[in-house]
Amino acid sequence: MKSLGSIRRDFAPWNDPNAKPYIQFDNVTKKFGDFTAVNNLSLTIFEREFFALLGASGCGKSTLLRMLAGFEEPTSGRILLDGQDLRGIPPHRRPVNMMFQSYALFPHMTVENNIAFGLKQEGMPKPDIEKRVAEMLKLVKLEQFAKRKPHQLSGGQRQRVALARSVAKRPKVLLLDEPLGALDKKLREETQFELMDLQQELGLTFVVVTHDQEEAMTMADRIAIMDKGEVMQVATPAEVYEAPTSRFVAHFVGNVNMFEGKVAERTANTTRIKGATGAEIVVDNAAESSKGADIVFAIRPEKIKVSSKRPADTVNALEGEVYDVAYLGDMTVYHIKLDDGQIVRASALNASRITEDPLTWNDRAWVSFRPDAGVVLTR
Amino acid sequence: MNTTWSRFNVTSIVLGFAFLYLPIVLLIVFSFNESKLVTVWGGFSTKWYVSLFHNQGLMDATWVTARVGVISATVATVLGTLAALTLTRYTRFRGRVLFSGMVFAPLVMPEVITGLSLLLLFVAVGLDRGFFTVTLAHITLTMCFVAVVVQSRLVSFDRSLEEAAMDLGATPAKTFFQITLPVIMPAIVSGWMLAFTLSLDDLVIASFTSGPGATTLPMKIYSQVRLGVTPEINAACTILIAVVAVGVIIASIANKRREVQRQLDEQAAQRG
Repeated sequence: MKSLGSIRRDFAPWNDPNAKPYIQFDNVTKKFGDFTAVNNLSLTIFEREFFALLGASGCGKSTLLRMLAGFEEPTSGRILLDGQDLRGIPPHRRPVNMMFQSYALFPHMTVENNIAFGLKQEGMPKPDIEKRVAEMLKLVKLEQFAKRKPHQLSGGQRQRVALARSVAKRPKVLLLDEPLGALDKKLREETQFELMDLQQELGLTFVVVTHDQEEAMTMADRIAIMDKGEVMQVATPAEVYEAPTSRFVAHFVGNVNMFEGKVAERTANTTRIKGATGAEIVVDNAAESSKGADIVFAIRPEKIKVSSKRPADTVNALEGEVYDVAYLGDMTVYHIKLDDGQIVRASALNASRITEDPLTWNDRAWVSFRPDAGVVLTR
Repeated sequence: MNTTWSRFNVTSIVLGFAFLYLPIVLLIVFSFNESKLVTVWGGFSTKWYVSLFHNQGLMDATWVTARVGVISATVATVLGTLAALTLTRYTRFRGRVLFSGMVFAPLVMPEVITGLSLLLLFVAVGLDRGFFTVTLAHITLTMCFVAVVVQSRLVSFDRSLEEAAMDLGATPAKTFFQITLPVIMPAIVSGWMLAFTLSLDDLVIASFTSGPGATTLPMKIYSQVRLGVTPEINAACTILIAVVAVGVIIASIANKRREVQRQLDEQAAQRG
């Protein structure tokens, strides 16, 4: 069975036309004065999904989260949670909880009381609160820190307290605003997997806001890529990476090479693209495009092969010169300057310790790729 | 830092401190004077302290001052905190600039003018001058100082704490009393202490707005001094200085301890 990317997904309610949406943004617009933070956005999130909102700062992703939590009201449009319109419901009556970027731990309360705060608000009996708090402390492995104040904890521990506090009430939806932003790289990677396990264990719906594409790719079932208050694409990490639908998404996630040109010929299965400087490539048909139309072929660096001789069995091979090489250990990145002047980025996995065909600066080199190695973009 | 004790440095420090503290030292020294003459040393004695406690007029004035101070500082703290909350939370309402100007005007208003205008107001509305009017005047005077102190704390207050509380199901009122208030409490306490101190040593406004039976300590001291400085007054002032000094020292030691403890805690937390 062939599939996009390397993971088979069995959980995919978004492909099921009968699946009931859990969170629905219907034509939501949010304006702050003259500034439009969210522009006529529609989005559907399913129950038990781990959903990521990915975008640069100021793209409206945090505003979207804050509207879900109730800290902002949409200027127009509506937000539904499990079929209920959330308009006018104040934050303290919404069945969602949020984990804040700054953690927002109450500085005058112990870890225990921080976690118990939400439970006390809903009037849970005291023994039950104690039981739940103990359970939560165990979940985030902070049992021996129960009596400490937030300032007596390290950054990673604070993050876990914030997490425990936000899931203690068993919300329908957990919102996470840059949950790992304040952690160092190693801790962040560990915590990503912890968060995924936690989500599986509790069976909650997670909506996470992040600007870190790797974080979104690692954790999320689906990613919404946002720009200037609009959703550019909603798809699984593999689709976002292997089948971006626009130049913006292709550029935003990972590295990409863009071959610009016009459609020279179109057959049943392939399109021949003539580049601005004359080089021609043949690619699989994807987007609808008529002869003469402007078109872009986007291809990831690792899908391009670099060799010192023209490979025999390939339709697309372009000649150039090695412009830059960077050896990164697990892989090597080449910048090849083609004869028409374009610089192509190619990366090769160093799967073996000894290279048969080593290249160095200013060598002549060929770059080659299969017709299905990239995607054709029209916008 | 260069810390050489050159002759110039030592001289400047001695002169500087003498300028600041010599009058106070003199006052304290002469409060233990045996002689009735203020400027002539007649041997050590504590008799003026004893006679001070038998001076009914001074004791009454002290009691009035304490009550005026506590009541006015408390009311001013409530009002000042509310004003500070309004100014930091509602950044865009009609007349905000005017409101903030009016809150802070008493800071720079000459006390004579504040006192006189209050006096005119009390006369105009037919309010009998006494304990109530002094307290009211001191609330007016000290409220703006509380507002300044509390506002400076609120500016650096992390609003996401309140959002987190509401997110966890606390109503806005509960959020205020359980989260906001405890976090800004140190600033409110300093505001209260500042207000109390200001009320304690105010002479000008009290002279305008006080009436019979509500003579404050500074008014009492001032009126006695006009009849001639007695060592009894020196003793009263020394006690006042001691009270203030002890308060300041306790506050700063407590602060320092908390700071050190916090640093130790944080280091311990970093070690894991």
